[in-house]
Amino acid sequence: MSRIETVFGRLAQSGRKALIPFITAGDPDPEFTVPMLHAMVDAGADILELGVPFSDPMADGPVIQRASERALAHRVSLRQVLRMVAEFRRGDDTTPIVLMGYLNPIECMGYGAFAEAAKEAGVDGVLTVDLPPEEAEDEMLPLLYGAGIDPVFLLAPTSTPERIEKADRLGRGYLYYVSLKGVTGAGHLDIEEVTRKVAGIQALAELPVGVGFGVKDPETAARMAGLADAVVVGSALVRKIEEHAGDACRAREEITALLAAMRRAMDEEVTLA
Amino acid sequence: MATAPEQLENYRYPDERGHFGRYGGIFVAETLMYPLEELDQAYRTYLQDPAFLDELDRDLKDYVGRPSPLYYAERWSRELGGAQIWLKREDLNHTGAHKVNNTIGQALLARRMGKKRVIAETGAGQHGVATATVAARLGLECVVYMGEVDVERQKLNVYRMSLLGAEVRPVSSGSKTLKDALNEALRDWVTHVDDTFYIIGTVAGPHPYPAMVRDFQSVIGREAKQQILEQAGRLPDALVACVGGGSNAIGLFYPFLEHEQVALYGVEAAGLGIETGKHSAPLCAGRPGVLHGNRTYLMEDDDGQIIETHSISAGLDYPGVGPEHAWLKDSGRAQYVNITDDEALEAFHSLTRIEGIMPALESSHALAYAMQLAPRMDRDQIMIVNVSGRGDKDIHTVAEREGLKL
Repeated sequence: MSRIETVFGRLAQSGRKALIPFITAGDPDPEFTVPMLHAMVDAGADILELGVPFSDPMADGPVIQRASERALAHRVSLRQVLRMVAEFRRGDDTTPIVLMGYLNPIECMGYGAFAEAAKEAGVDGVLTVDLPPEEAEDEMLPLLYGAGIDPVFLLAPTSTPERIEKADRLGRGYLYYVSLKGVTGAGHLDIEEVTRKVAGIQALAELPVGVGFGVKDPETAARMAGLADAVVVGSALVRKIEEHAGDACRAREEITALLAAMRRAMDEEVTLA
Repeated sequence: MATAPEQLENYRYPDERGHFGRYGGIFVAETLMYPLEELDQAYRTYLQDPAFLDELDRDLKDYVGRPSPLYYAERWSRELGGAQIWLKREDLNHTGAHKVNNTIGQALLARRMGKKRVIAETGAGQHGVATATVAARLGLECVVYMGEVDVERQKLNVYRMSLLGAEVRPVSSGSKTLKDALNEALRDWVTHVDDTFYIIGTVAGPHPYPAMVRDFQSVIGREAKQQILEQAGRLPDALVACVGGGSNAIGLFYPFLEHEQVALYGVEAAGLGIETGKHSAPLCAGRPGVLHGNRTYLMEDDDGQIIETHSISAGLDYPGVGPEHAWLKDSGRAQYVNITDDEALEAFHSLTRIEGIMPALESSHALAYAMQLAPRMDRDQIMIVNVSGRGDKDIHTVAEREGLKL
């Protein structure tokens, strides 16, 4: 059983939902990342999404785009991100790490070399924003399956039932529902719309469903925990890094405080329900 | 002249999912999969619809001014001492470049699909102007994304767009040029997919854009073929066109692909020289990767990050290229060469002084290669060069090079 499956199994038994924070590797500098990952686990994170910086992050809003730019100013490469994961693994052998990024750095490294190196480093899942199931099927997926790495696919408000079934069939670990039409960190969630869509996905899919894009505060995190299996929070955390880029301790404190508050709110929500 | 694309004998690209061999495809975030599917269906439907094709033909004739002339540059040919050089005069189109062939097509499609708002990215501003123009005519809301660097070097076109009622949004991320404008346009589209049509200006992006833009632009090659047969009595020996994203080149090449005796030359921007690294020549000096929704040749570093490009012409300043060009390169059907800033400027002056035709700096790259190629060909051989746009927009850049402030 993969680390991701283990986490969802354990949470299901206790009736809790997964909290999945996202930060960009190497933002604001390479030294910040691994201690931050450990601190997020201590604050209640169940799975970690680690962004691989890319020069042209088309699906991201300005907050995560700037995080990529800060990391790239330190020339943080995919290989260096894998070294960070390996370093994290030396102190934590249970918390799953999902790499989130764009296809070109992986394409440049070579799919086979990447799958091998990611497995070696202790990566559990890979979410490639611009690689839909259709283009992943022939080359990438067999290599990831073979390396025991879970491909995580996105679903959107515009996804058809056929596409939901396809992502569920080809994906592993969980499905990531992009809760709004837009980029990361955008606007506000329409809770009713998300509720209806997530229910629709859950009716068709076997994999757990996480909700992300637009989760800014403990209240929204709690609402999402009430309807999905996992809650992803990214831009709200990355914004803290940007605000306190010169003060790593302060950034870390603010992020762990926000995550801890989200954890409490989510756990209360499901206990009340 | 019929508008439906010709069925080429042995050429059936792209496949159902937009692949040209290993290139092309649909590499986008999930939110865009449905709108792309919707667009693909609409495009396939209307391309078979006689009423749509009639409307398009009428607009190309009465609004754009097609067919554009095929002009024998006799004096220039004699000066260069070799092949007969014929110029396909896309610079004489309404708005001054080939871009409008495509924006008319896509805007008519947008209207049929019930979209009220169009967005576009632009580098030199020619595609932005062509989009703003058709949006004005059809009464569509229009937003154009343009890198800050390009806004600065193409002020005239920025003002033209605002006169036409479009909103120009400067893009300050990344290298602040065309690729970043494309990123920003994709972000806009993902946020407003319900009411917005994204008019991509070149044969790049996710399927169906590379095929659709090619089909709209191939009016250039269809006309050129008919004209050269009428005016010279035979097919040409060579075609030459500049390649940034590659829409004017594919538009000229496509109807000639089946005629293997016609040599095809795509001319990339070598900027300060390929060896300096400051260029925009992914086909000549890049390698395959994935950007902006398709797999193609890219300019990237060893970590797969897209690197900044350089060209004196904003319209060629792009790190990728249309996937069909990648395929034509690998298959050997077309050859891709490159021309530096200085060589392009020399061609700009040469054509201006000898023929009284002032070409865009983009087109000057094609003309510069023609200057190298023509003397190596016989006097009875025929070459067609695509003058994709006129040079008025570049006069400030040229003057600056001469140390003049206008």
